[in-house]
Amino acid sequence: MSELSVNHLLGIKYITEADIQLIFETADHFKEVINRSIKKVPSLRDITIANLFFENSTRTRLSFELAEKRLSADVINFSAASSSVKKGETLIDTVNNILSMKVDMVVMRHPNPGAGVFLAKHVNASIVNAGDGVHEHPTQALLDCYSIREKLGDVAGKKVVIVGDILHSRVALSNIFALQKLGAEVKVCGPKTLLPKYIENIGVKTEGSLRSALEWCDVANMLRVQNERMDISYFPTTREYTQQFGVSKALLDSLDKEIVVMHPGPINRGVEITSDVADSKQAIILDQVQNGVAVRMAVLYLLASKIKHNED
Amino acid sequence: MSQKVLLNATEVHIALQRLACQLIENHNSFTNTVLIGIQPRGIFLAERLKSILEKDYKLKNIQLGYLDITFYRDDFRRGDKTLEANTTNINFIVEDKKIVFIDDVLYTGRSIRSALTAIQSFGRPLEIELLTLIDRRFSRHLPIQPDYRGRQVDAIGGEKVKVCWEEKDGEDAVYLVNE
Repeated sequence: MSELSVNHLLGIKYITEADIQLIFETADHFKEVINRSIKKVPSLRDITIANLFFENSTRTRLSFELAEKRLSADVINFSAASSSVKKGETLIDTVNNILSMKVDMVVMRHPNPGAGVFLAKHVNASIVNAGDGVHEHPTQALLDCYSIREKLGDVAGKKVVIVGDILHSRVALSNIFALQKLGAEVKVCGPKTLLPKYIENIGVKTEGSLRSALEWCDVANMLRVQNERMDISYFPTTREYTQQFGVSKALLDSLDKEIVVMHPGPINRGVEITSDVADSKQAIILDQVQNGVAVRMAVLYLLASKIKHNED
Repeated sequence: MSQKVLLNATEVHIALQRLACQLIENHNSFTNTVLIGIQPRGIFLAERLKSILEKDYKLKNIQLGYLDITFYRDDFRRGDKTLEANTTNINFIVEDKKIVFIDDVLYTGRSIRSALTAIQSFGRPLEIELLTLIDRRFSRHLPIQPDYRGRQVDAIGGEKVKVCWEEKDGEDAVYLVNE
């Protein structure tokens, strides 16, 4: 039987295609579980998981917490806003203090890229990266690819365009790695100022025109403009951004095929996509959210199974 | 490694016919009874019994589901391997139904314990019975016994009972394997 090649999920960069397929197959079973009348299984009943969120999150945090609870794990939550981090405690000290309360796994979101990798080297627990700055957000990429697989049957051979603020997006980077490992073709589209300089070096083509990008692709993954990460102006006005890179129903209807529209949320309605697109049948935004729980259950289950019982 | 034949193809077929008849004795036309094959190996036996009931005894609308117990097992993280799940497919209501669990070999009883927990996620059955092709006597870890058994076997710890099905393994047979 196959198992994950890693003990932590720090980024898509560090896992193999076989790992991703194993996560998907396991997620299929969990998707069936969460559609039962009793949505809970006892697998992780002797595992304690700490959710450490040093940066704001709604969806990811709720999704992880629900996944953990549906696996019967004990859960403790921590957010930086109300903690001793404000008093000057270091990351390792904070985490070690939490681990001394017998915690087996840590789900962490942190504003600094590489925080998860750093932590995995220094503490004795299984780490799941729930977003580290502008670096990676592996579970989002997994659920995005899982949703494409569910909708289109397979990820291999599909053409996916990621539109918007690629520069500040951990979702974009993780998605690029995951899609490429699964054999999809990836393009990015957005204002030149929001495309990373060396993006073509990792085998991703850039496209300046949204219409050409949409005509080329099977799936469009629309990203949010991350105003909170922008210290300078990357485009003149939001209105101009929307005119060039916003997707409307009229634009989708003018294409000669029906493409799948995705969005990792939260949506700025009327900026990157209009409301009629977000609520249309072509958009699988809410499927992505539902799949998120199943995929995270799979990740937690597979990582937990590598924590041997006698090591407790 | 040596192996001995416990049941050959003819003996398997006779046992299956008898088990099907015993099921009919207790459940008549199966109007309020459903069959649940336990994944991964119990589903072959379950499919065979369903086919015998439908073809040989002309019973219609036998409901058969597959139940995977992986996430309910009590040996998670206890072994070297990750436990791999299989498909659960129960597309009918089990509330107030009579359920017959079907598995190929009853050994420690731990799988059936897990199945008893797992089925609760689908509702509250009226009653649950257990049918196994092979009942390994004297090896139970839990107070679980079959209601229907094909053959009782005395096997010691180092021995393994291997049930082969034509559709999966190319022949119908039961072997006692000494490893």
